[in-house]
Amino acid sequence: MNMTLRALLGACAAAALAGAAAAQTSITVATVNNGDMIRMQGLMSDFNAMHPDIEVNWVTLEENALRQQVTTDIATGGGQYDVMTIGTYEVPIWAKQSWLEPLSDLPADYNVDDLLPSVRNALSVDGTLYAAPFYGESAMIMYRTDLMEKAGLTMPDSPTWADVKAAAAAMTDKDNEIYGICLRGKPGWGENMAFIGAMNNSYGGRWFDMDWKAQFESQEWKDTIADYLDMMTNYGPPGASANGFNENLTLFQQGKCGMWIDATVAAGFVTDPTNSTVADNVGYAQFPNKEGVDNHGNWFWAWTLAIPASSDAKDAAKTFVQWATSQGYTNLVASKEGWRAAPPGTRTSLYENADYAAAAPFAKMTLDSMNAVDFTKPSVQEIPYTGAQFVAIPEFQGIGTAVGQEMSAALAGQKTADEALAASQALTDEEMKAAGYLQ
Amino acid sequence: MATQASRSAARLMVSPSVILLFIWMAVPLGMVIYYSFRRYRLLNPERAGWNGWSNYSSFVFSPDFGGALVNTLILVLGVLIITVVLGILIALLIDQPIWGQGPVRILVISPFFIMPPVSALVWKNMFFNPSNGLFGELFKYLGMRPFDFLGQAPLGSIVTIVAWEWLPFATLILLTALQSLDSEQLEAAEMDGAPVLKRFWYIILPHMSRSITVVILIQTIFLLGIFGEILVTTAGGPGTASTTLPFLIFKEALLDFDVGTAAAGGVVAVILANIVAIFLMKAIGKNLD
Amino acid sequence: MARAVTPARKSINTAAAWTVALIIFFPILWTILTSFKPEPVAVASPPVFLNFDWSFENYETVIQQRGYGQFFWNSMVIAFGSTILGMIIAIPSAWAMAFVHGKRTKDLLMWMLSTKMMPAAGVLVPIYLIAVYFKILDTRFLLTIVLMLMNLPIIIWMLYTYFREIPVDILEAARMDGASLTNEILYVLTPMAVPGIASTLLLNVILAWNESFWTLNLTAFNAAPLTKFIAGFSSPQGLFYAKLSAASVMAFLPIMILGWFSQKQLVRGLTFGAVK
Repeated sequence: MNMTLRALLGACAAAALAGAAAAQTSITVATVNNGDMIRMQGLMSDFNAMHPDIEVNWVTLEENALRQQVTTDIATGGGQYDVMTIGTYEVPIWAKQSWLEPLSDLPADYNVDDLLPSVRNALSVDGTLYAAPFYGESAMIMYRTDLMEKAGLTMPDSPTWADVKAAAAAMTDKDNEIYGICLRGKPGWGENMAFIGAMNNSYGGRWFDMDWKAQFESQEWKDTIADYLDMMTNYGPPGASANGFNENLTLFQQGKCGMWIDATVAAGFVTDPTNSTVADNVGYAQFPNKEGVDNHGNWFWAWTLAIPASSDAKDAAKTFVQWATSQGYTNLVASKEGWRAAPPGTRTSLYENADYAAAAPFAKMTLDSMNAVDFTKPSVQEIPYTGAQFVAIPEFQGIGTAVGQEMSAALAGQKTADEALAASQALTDEEMKAAGYLQ
Repeated sequence: MATQASRSAARLMVSPSVILLFIWMAVPLGMVIYYSFRRYRLLNPERAGWNGWSNYSSFVFSPDFGGALVNTLILVLGVLIITVVLGILIALLIDQPIWGQGPVRILVISPFFIMPPVSALVWKNMFFNPSNGLFGELFKYLGMRPFDFLGQAPLGSIVTIVAWEWLPFATLILLTALQSLDSEQLEAAEMDGAPVLKRFWYIILPHMSRSITVVILIQTIFLLGIFGEILVTTAGGPGTASTTLPFLIFKEALLDFDVGTAAAGGVVAVILANIVAIFLMKAIGKNLD
Repeated sequence: MARAVTPARKSINTAAAWTVALIIFFPILWTILTSFKPEPVAVASPPVFLNFDWSFENYETVIQQRGYGQFFWNSMVIAFGSTILGMIIAIPSAWAMAFVHGKRTKDLLMWMLSTKMMPAAGVLVPIYLIAVYFKILDTRFLLTIVLMLMNLPIIIWMLYTYFREIPVDILEAARMDGASLTNEILYVLTPMAVPGIASTLLLNVILAWNESFWTLNLTAFNAAPLTKFIAGFSSPQGLFYAKLSAASVMAFLPIMILGWFSQKQLVRGLTFGAVK
């Protein structure tokens, strides 16, 4: 039995080798089905013309499915992928496990010093870069200028949560399917907890105290959740507990949201006249804060391209990663689809470009928000962790998703805010105990 | 006819399947039992080691476990009841002389060919979505606020999707049984003036009992493993309102990347599934032979 | 059952049956309609049924963005490969169990079915590690083997119930004529069992085609079937209902057409021995 199996497998391996011996190197790229990545797949003819010897195979998945598959693959050394699309949360954790190939010998024309310092720091461990940023984002308010005008209000550049609530109340018109505010409610550490985590930062809260004890019973968390639920129940769209970034984007593009507080990258989509019915009526403001708290959410994320150490085509993978994150690629997008569509938030040169500034009214707000982020200190209080809208420890995915479920239960009305917070406290402490942080 | 020679020949012929299935069962099960006593987190591989029973205790005593058991039962029983009852009714209807029996049958069996992620995506986005789904439009047409199906009735919505997927299977098997019914017997009963309900209860239903058993048995095996539909539509939420046992294990394995606890959950699920199987065989097994 | 009924009764029955059938079919019909709509029409309120600019644009976009042929081919190879391999292993077993019926046969069958009770998510990492060890991750070979083992119990059971209905006398007559065991299976049994085999084949091809845990988690690109193709269309950015519908239709249409054309064969064997 065993012999036969081995013989069979041997034959398969031989067949696979014979296939690879052809002139082409093929690399498999796992990516998320976000608009910028889909756009890149449409521009591959440029890469193929420059590198006819490299064949790029795409695996395009929804964010959660992508994360499950690349994590399983990299942690078991599966080696199925040569390039993985991962975020600022994964990069430092995976780099410390030596799962990622360092990007140390980048050529001069890649101009690595052009990367935004905040992005570059977040993707480096001990000064070595481990992933190349494809696009980066912070968070801000996007609002409908026409609806604000109709309501007789003006949005300050730097509003407080009280301002936001007042604006949401004034714009809501449920009979005409206009909801004052759209926020994430779909459970997941990268979905609703990204928003709620940032909101809690701007309320002066924190995930853990210096002894790694969860802080869900603090006044800051209680205020955060109370205001979140209040706004969403009274001024939010129906079914909000299933809405993530993409669902809210659709609602905003359809003109059903007065305000949407989310990733800055959304600005490129809501102002896209071919898909958005409200492209000409979008204004931007800084992520809100609570009166007296010097923190505007500290939201920080970059989708990056990284090469797993288990890849067997690292050189081809590096060539591809350099192409996809180069200034040349930015120029390519600009020439094909206009500057508004250029992947934002990774390079200083983009924000010094007058054409981009003219085509993208959201450019300054994006850059300011990203520069304001302090990856080492997401909360105004003393904390033992680094991070942003997330906590940069391996256990956070599980904890964040479980807490996210509690928050979505509260949003759907199945639990009260206090019940959800108490359950979050219990499950987080339990998990931190099992993981060895808490005694 | 079962001579000694044919018996040993038979054994030889059965053995490839038995050996293969045994390996397929034993190797993963053995590994799962091994990991269920280990601390093994994919994202934190250096913290590995023996972990005693603590994976089991953290799975079984987690606040989600009890609810997941109840949800699994609701899902399985709900789908079974809907598919068997509707399956019988639809089979009776299609069995009547009608115009276009062939096309009708083709329409009725079609959902069986739809892969679970597709049907979940279609139902979630194009029917249940309160802003853009058809049910939302229906509510608006009737002058009501759209109902948030997946938020307010998550388990019921999932039961609907799964029942829609499995209704054709039940209907087909029950229809085949119905068509094999001796019509003379029915006509005789009709002549005797037996009312419709009595004919159904004393002649048709007993005749279909074996088929109903088969439907229940096969569907239970598949329904106990359902989780793709849950993942796509509600991801087990809101809260844990639609988390079933397989989904809870999935959550441990692929959202928390905690292989040890997922393995312990797998062992628990195998034990429970076998209890269900024994119970099922006791309850309806005599119908099978 | 050709019982005589009045035309009025038949009309009522016909109307009722068609109503039920159309309700059941409606989600599929709606998906097909939506796949031909421009994106904004797909989410229009009130909904638009037939009165729109029909176009294949969504199909073109989907194929251009993701490709299709490779996924379709992988689905074909995996679904038919695993089923045929399973049949080759199952036919002798089912034959033996059906004709040399021992006290333990039913227990053996139930044990086989019980191997399907293992929750897939619980064994994913172990299976993954085995696949990594043998370097067969993301190969059609691995998927074919795994799906064959998944469906083997169902295949054996279906064939067993079908073989049991074959009268034993015929076999004995053949044996009198000096037919060997192989000949007995090849020339006597198999022709009689063809309808059952066809039905088993069809059902298991459908089950393998629609399997969406292992096919998603054990593949990347090389062996990725249509389930992986569709996974990329779940909640993308922007309006996507029409593109999602087009991708859905492309994923289910091949197997649905196969099912429609072969539904008579499929139905005939789908009794699992329940009809005597």
